Amino acid sequence: MLRRRKLMEAMFKAVGLCSLALAVGTLGLLFGALVVEGLERIDWQFLTSFPSRHAAQAGILPALVGSTLIMLVTSVVGIPLGVAAAIYLEEYARRTWVTELIEVTVTNLAGVPSIIFGLLALGLFVYIVGLGASILTAGLTLALLILPVVIVTTREAIRAIPVQIREAAYALGATKWQTVSHHVVPYSAAGILTGVILALSRAIGETAPIVTIGALTFIAFLPPAPVTAQPPYISFEWLMSPFTVMPIQMFAWVSRPGEDFASNAAAAGLLLVVMTLVMNGLAIYVRYRMRKRVAW
Amino acid sequence: MSKSIVMAREAIHISKPTIEKMAARRRTRQRRELVIESGLFLAALVSVAATLTILAVLLWESVGFFETVPLTDFLTDTLWTPLFDDAHYGILPLLAGTVVTSAVGLLVAIPVGTVSAIYLSEFASLRLRETIKPALELLGAVPTVVYGYFALLVVTPALQRLWPDLPGFNMLGPGIVIGIMILPLVISLSEDAMRAVPMVLREGSYAVGATRLQTAWRVVVPAATSGIVAAYVLGVSRAVGETMVVAIAAGQNPNLTWNPTEPAATITAYIVQVALGDLPHGSIGYQSIFAAGLVLAVMTFTFNMLGHFMRKRFREVY
Repeated sequence: MLRRRKLMEAMFKAVGLCSLALAVGTLGLLFGALVVEGLERIDWQFLTSFPSRHAAQAGILPALVGSTLIMLVTSVVGIPLGVAAAIYLEEYARRTWVTELIEVTVTNLAGVPSIIFGLLALGLFVYIVGLGASILTAGLTLALLILPVVIVTTREAIRAIPVQIREAAYALGATKWQTVSHHVVPYSAAGILTGVILALSRAIGETAPIVTIGALTFIAFLPPAPVTAQPPYISFEWLMSPFTVMPIQMFAWVSRPGEDFASNAAAAGLLLVVMTLVMNGLAIYVRYRMRKRVAW
Repeated sequence: MSKSIVMAREAIHISKPTIEKMAARRRTRQRRELVIESGLFLAALVSVAATLTILAVLLWESVGFFETVPLTDFLTDTLWTPLFDDAHYGILPLLAGTVVTSAVGLLVAIPVGTVSAIYLSEFASLRLRETIKPALELLGAVPTVVYGYFALLVVTPALQRLWPDLPGFNMLGPGIVIGIMILPLVISLSEDAMRAVPMVLREGSYAVGATRLQTAWRVVVPAATSGIVAAYVLGVSRAVGETMVVAIAAGQNPNLTWNPTEPAATITAYIVQVALGDLPHGSIGYQSIFAAGLVLAVMTFTFNMLGHFMRKRFREVY
């Protein structure tokens, strides 16, 4: 009887390890498949060429530039909004129905499928506001998409600051904003940074909302440069430019039949996975360092 | 001005203009505080505005859609061909595609996820847990389009080796991949639920002679049921909204079938398919993706609310 139970237990342990191995092994398998198919496609030509009908000459330059510019817009809009909202909810908000409503909508937005954000952007930014399928539209869409992630992680980081820190600041005559901006935010910066990196790593791989707003899958030019030769030297024309991004370029290649395009897709996928893994690794590292350095 | 302040002022020789200057400074400071607080409040309101706008946009375009298409056709017609000359607008084929791919995903994620979570929470050493959890996070961070590639060019060919008749586009491959995609979510939420079960319950069980496995199955899992089910429900919500995997690997033809080895389109895949084409703004095809989106939003919203409600419940018990 006892031996049977021990045997059952050993069997369960084996099954448990196997299921975990399945989960983690998939990650390895996925990565391996991309490396085998795509690694040899990644070279200087691939990184600096425009898409082409000939798979061997195609490259991802416009997609790289597009992804970078969109991440820029997303960060500039999404991070301050998210951090400000989190500061309000943690430090200022009183328990009213408005606060309750804000919290419910944040939770709800976090669970909305990303393609619904695409429909929102298509209806609102593309047609009602009239921004078209531009870099600005895509950046704003992804900013809304990462908003709940930034809010939730920033709130967690702020909540970890002990209340005594705030009381000490008040005792010295600091106002609320002085307390928040001189103490609470700087001390929770590492936690906020972790959240921001995770949010951006999610945004960089998002495909569905960007497809929905009508991004092009084949683009043979770059957006206008942000720096010009004539005064005032800075141009924001690029904001309104058509674009493509890395995941969409990959999607376009996956959808085309033929072994050659599949290896292009794998190469783009490998770059994407490496980017997100590096960003996530960085976030995990920052969090780990932070845990070790807690001063209170 | 009270007498004591006057005395204090005289004692430290503060002139009246100085006091007025200080009062003015305090007023500016208070005004600045108010402006900042209002700014932060507006930032917090963005999420409310976004939610309302999502609802408004979906409803507005859907109203246009339902002016042309009777609701009964939408719910009962078995064909979805809005882009053909002979247009039919029955949501059932898309719904079937969504249900089948999600169901396949759950058949993978529930057993594997539950067993993994039990193992992590009740059996694994601290070191293993600390290594596995970041790895799972990474698994959850891989872009979905990469999973689409994986479903089409790795999983489906592997399945075809077992099943030579399987078409290149089918719902089985993407369903399995969706299951793997939602695994990190299911594992981490159900593990949280099991870890919230108080130690005394386990100790009580050990005291009457139960093994670890018996304790896990008969004490911890039942006590954490609502949290574990919440994990499944939130997993369903994620699976239903998943887009790129099915758009790439399940084929994009609406097909009313419950057989996972056939190709079919899901609600999300249809939206992608239309968005890739060039439909004029305001046409019935354009409106149809918003009607489909509304159905999707209602489904995920229901699952999310259910999931959060159940998660809250398991927290309140202890």
